[in-house]
Amino acid sequence: MLTQTKQRQGIDMALIAGVTLVVATLSILPMGRLVFELVMPQGSFSLRPIQTAMGSSTTWTATWHSLQVGVGGTLLSVVLGTSVALLVSLTDVRAKSPFVLFYVVPLLIAPQVTALAWLQLFGPASPFLKLVGLAPALGSRNPLYSTTGIIVLLGVQYGPLVFLMVRAGLRKLPRELVEAALSSGAGRLTVLRTIILPLMTPSIIGATALAFVSCVGNFGIPAFLGIPANYLVLPTLIYQRLAGGGPAVLSEVAVLSFLIGLIAIAGILAQDYTSRRRDYRIASTSLPAAPFELGGWRICFEILMWSLIVVVLILPILGLFLTSLVSAYGIPLNAKTVTLANYAFVMFDHTAASRAFLNSFGLSIAAALFAVVLAVPLAYLVTWRVRWWTNFLNLSVELPYALPGVVLAIASLLLFLKPLPILGVQIYNTIWIIFYAYLARFLVLAVRPTISGLHQIDRSLEEAAQVAGAKLLYRMRSIIFPLVAPATLAGGILIFMTAFSELTVSALLWASGSETIGVVIFSFEQGGDSNYAAAISVLTVALTFILMLFTSLFARHLPAGVLPWRD
Amino acid sequence: MAGLKINNVSKSFAGFNALTNVSLDVRDGEFVAILGPSGCGKTTLLRLIAGFEKVTEGTVTVDGNLMSSPSINIPPESRRVGIVFQNYALWPHMTVSENVGYSLKVAKVHKTERHRRIEEALALVDLNGFGDRRPSNLSGGQRQRVALARCLVSAPSLVLFDEPLANLDVHLRASMEDEFASFHKRTGTTIVYITHDQAEAMALADRIAVMDKGVLVQFATPRELYEQPATKMVASFIAQGMVFPIEILSAQNGKCRARMLGHDVQLRCSSDQKVIAPANACIRSADIELVETGGIPIEIQRCIYRGGGARIEARPLDGSDLELHFDLPEPKRLKAGDRIQIRVISGWVIPQEYVS
Ligand SMILES: Nc1ncnc2c1ncn2[C@@H]1O[C@H](COP(=O)(O)OP(=O)(O)O)[C@@H](O)[C@H]1O
Ligand SMILES: [Mg+2]
Repeated sequence: MLTQTKQRQGIDMALIAGVTLVVATLSILPMGRLVFELVMPQGSFSLRPIQTAMGSSTTWTATWHSLQVGVGGTLLSVVLGTSVALLVSLTDVRAKSPFVLFYVVPLLIAPQVTALAWLQLFGPASPFLKLVGLAPALGSRNPLYSTTGIIVLLGVQYGPLVFLMVRAGLRKLPRELVEAALSSGAGRLTVLRTIILPLMTPSIIGATALAFVSCVGNFGIPAFLGIPANYLVLPTLIYQRLAGGGPAVLSEVAVLSFLIGLIAIAGILAQDYTSRRRDYRIASTSLPAAPFELGGWRICFEILMWSLIVVVLILPILGLFLTSLVSAYGIPLNAKTVTLANYAFVMFDHTAASRAFLNSFGLSIAAALFAVVLAVPLAYLVTWRVRWWTNFLNLSVELPYALPGVVLAIASLLLFLKPLPILGVQIYNTIWIIFYAYLARFLVLAVRPTISGLHQIDRSLEEAAQVAGAKLLYRMRSIIFPLVAPATLAGGILIFMTAFSELTVSALLWASGSETIGVVIFSFEQGGDSNYAAAISVLTVALTFILMLFTSLFARHLPAGVLPWRD
Repeated sequence: MAGLKINNVSKSFAGFNALTNVSLDVRDGEFVAILGPSGCGKTTLLRLIAGFEKVTEGTVTVDGNLMSSPSINIPPESRRVGIVFQNYALWPHMTVSENVGYSLKVAKVHKTERHRRIEEALALVDLNGFGDRRPSNLSGGQRQRVALARCLVSAPSLVLFDEPLANLDVHLRASMEDEFASFHKRTGTTIVYITHDQAEAMALADRIAVMDKGVLVQFATPRELYEQPATKMVASFIAQGMVFPIEILSAQNGKCRARMLGHDVQLRCSSDQKVIAPANACIRSADIELVETGGIPIEIQRCIYRGGGARIEARPLDGSDLELHFDLPEPKRLKAGDRIQIRVISGWVIPQEYVS
């Protein structure tokens, strides 16, 4: 009996130790390394890098720009996302599910692809504008190369993020709270102003913080829209410094990435502070309120909503698609110029591009698989073995995703610049450093749905297996994993989609031979080969769409809210 | 004050008939309880009256004004109908005063006047001095009182309650029941009160409407429901009456002779009761007495002690699968398996139009 107990404790300890070790390696270690670099640049105490970084006016300009586009993009996405959420959740507009599906797509398309698509739509070379005869003269400046352009695209990209969070909040609004106000004599708009919006402030504030962190940390959009206009934000400044100076400037960019991490954390803390003061804890299982009838206005709002889809999704993708069919930059699209040569080139002829497909595919499949396998024991500890430190474990997994991608990228560089101690293996400049960073960054995308899946399962199912004599690993394999598998796998697919066309991390970590799709799109666009960039982008968007539809097939088996595009 | 007239109302949700041909005439100032098992459509009826749902068929009229019909639906905010929800539905982001004063603020009542009426309403439910609290800092009973005050403050002509006591413990229920009763007495407001608890309905209501599966089965005073149930469902739902098959031998002037379990019994019946062979009678515990000989022989299945008396569950010995249950005073000590004889001294013949 005693030995059995000891053995059981042994397995438990091994599980806990294993999970903690992995989380430490993926989260605490790189973040710790980054902080260490601030205090001890290149191994010895010095304030030089901090002085250099803080003394430079470019740092402050970039910081100011980051705040500018961060605040602007956040405001736009909050206004857009909240209005759409209110319309979809509270009124009787029709065709809500397809609308939500389309509205959420920009969130799943990589920011640099969004940027490219909009650039192709509005640029002087735009085949679409040429088709409709509205194209500006060749050589004129693309209006998107500006602060406003960046802000608009950030708003389009992250509006759906706000939408999803506010909609989740509105779903939990008990109908009695609305009805009590109605029978007190309040009209619909008064109810919206005095009851619904105040009750939604926690969701809206949470969404605002998330949108802010995403906007500030975004690399793809300011890289495509800002660099040509010499408008640098912190992530693009870090990229440029590193591209120009190599590992020698690592200590200095570490300071910059720490700065952007601080801005992000300030956003999260502000949200935490305000939501703590406005925690209404609506707990209710009641039905959602009956939709407000818009009457004659309904058709107007429906037209407005679908115009939004056309503007933020259909037109840009169309612009991208048309560009990918044109044989060379600036040529109008017609029966003579239409070609599939761009596709053939990027898939078969250009070695770096075809290699990038393999690299990105392998990286994202591997990251998704590892995350799925790690997520189950991790989520199991966090939900069913709650101790004082499990919450800390959960936070550690969230950290690399919550902070801007450049922070993790710089931390990984610092960590692996020298060969691994003892083993002597060099990871820097290989594809493995990207793999490490992807795993660290995206693990949480599989952990979150697994946790919410476990929360919906009765713990007694595991206890019954325990009573039946099943050991921990066996229970994990035979009971827990099958129960949460759909949720975890959906998380894995989300990881695959996100990682497949990822740019922020790989732009800083790639080397010749380990290009990713994001990097190749970026270099084509920087080299002026928009047609090739567009062709690759169309392929990734198509893949994203197919995966979304495919995943929706088994959505029935998923806990609510795991697939963002399912209403 | 206002009367409420529900005329032939039906409501279906995507093909499912939640209410079928419900007609109800509530008099001005009356306290009416709607009673029925869970899922029978009580809340749906209430939401139709308040205007949150549209009727599929029929009309709802308040104080002579048409509120709902298949083509007309006065929005809830224009109905001047107060409602108290089962889960209180207090707005968590407002203080007690703000909750109570909401309808006055919406109606743009001047601040001082508003303040006075809020104080008045809070005093009415015995919550003076609680105005600055948040609903989350109140107990269940206090929250229910705030909900009541919020509904009273605008002096609505008709107040609807949806199972207001279902979330409270037994002791609080009794005191809130008193409060509702005295509120009704004081203000004379017309009240429609939903509950699934028949004791609560009996204690409070002038008349009770019993519903079953979306149909109104009987609308009568508590005494009438108890003494003259219209259907088998009402008979067994109210005070757990027993329903036995009988054979009517003769009936006149509200009295009838019938055969029940092979014995002749005297029962009450409606004045136009016909002599029909298969009929049903409702027998209450008080209609049964023990006899030494010449009664209906039964075998006791269970005897449950209930301080000061005992509840007996038994079966007749003639092999039918009827179940009897009645209460006996303490002195008689019985146990499972004992065989005794009983006599039915009275009962009510369930009217013929409902025999199914
Ligand atoms: N909005 C709705 N949509 C579909 N069915 C409903 C809706 N509201 C109520 N129902 C159905 O109508 C029936 C009556 O419900 P309800 O009036 O809430 O019952 P009660 O209050 O008596 O328990 C139930 O079967 C319920 O499922
Ligand atoms: Mg109900």
